[in-house]
Amino acid sequence: MAGTAVRGRLTWQVATVTSVRRETDSVATIALDVPDWPGHQAGQHLDVRLTDEDGYSAERSYSIAAADGEPVAITVERLADGEVSSYLTEELRAGDQLELRGPIGRWFVWGPDDGGPLLLVAGGSGVVPLRAILRHRQRTGSDVPARLLYSSRTLADVIYRSELDQYGDGAEVIYTLTRSQPPGWTGYSGRVDAAMLARVAWPAAEHPLAFVCGPTRFVEAVAGNLVAAGYPAGRVRTERFGGT
Amino acid sequence: MELDGNAIGGLLHQVFGSDLTADLVICATCGASGPVAETVTYLRGPGVVVRCRTCSSVLMVISQIRGVSCVDLRGVAELSPGSYR
Repeated sequence: MAGTAVRGRLTWQVATVTSVRRETDSVATIALDVPDWPGHQAGQHLDVRLTDEDGYSAERSYSIAAADGEPVAITVERLADGEVSSYLTEELRAGDQLELRGPIGRWFVWGPDDGGPLLLVAGGSGVVPLRAILRHRQRTGSDVPARLLYSSRTLADVIYRSELDQYGDGAEVIYTLTRSQPPGWTGYSGRVDAAMLARVAWPAAEHPLAFVCGPTRFVEAVAGNLVAAGYPAGRVRTERFGGT
Repeated sequence: MELDGNAIGGLLHQVFGSDLTADLVICATCGASGPVAETVTYLRGPGVVVRCRTCSSVLMVISQIRGVSCVDLRGVAELSPGSYR
């Protein structure tokens, strides 16, 4: 039984890249075949470990972009000076192998039984686990109302745009662009602040459940504003990322 | 780089044998409680430092040397498996 994951233990295993899809100039989605994958929940992440010929290794965490039951995929943004993200987004090809372990996380996860209404707030590539949640909501036929407020620098930086633009059926996607807006832009402009949340977020009286994912400062600001607007802290789940 | 407890979910699972991110942690310094996922974490030091989001006291330090993990829970009053959600 060598190579078989022991139930309950988190073991490193070798996955094979099945495809690499470019999402934006700096973002790619990597689909993976993981032989011993135990299944995952929307919102979870996995750890990737790269080891070079000298034995130097680096580990990074990436959110799973796929809904429960879909083949594993991660969406990776190339960071300036990012030794792991540069390799994953620029050099990796179908057929290559990667070491990973997962799925990880039981807090930043959503299933239809968790209810809503759902408020999802994403900063940049923080949209990845929230995309998995929206896909899971749709695949399960959930009627929980959902709104995604997604902050990007420019329209060209929006990840999954064609997919997100197709949502209906009780799921709304609202964009804000912080750096520049194309002519005729009808979405929001500027950073997510208290005034924008007052217009977009479900009123606290509707007992919403919020998931906020993005860079640390983005998450702090949004979560702080939601709590100030009456969201109980326990109903605002957060996940912060940054280059490590 | 300041992150949160989600970022050390894999490390905690490796060390403790289960996913602790939704577990309740109580700070021994100020008594604040919340899920491990909402703690403040620093991954860049010589070891991982976990701090209380309310009072910033150190809750845990986890260092790994040559495959051996050293876990210091000095600032944790209580860690309750799976009880928060």
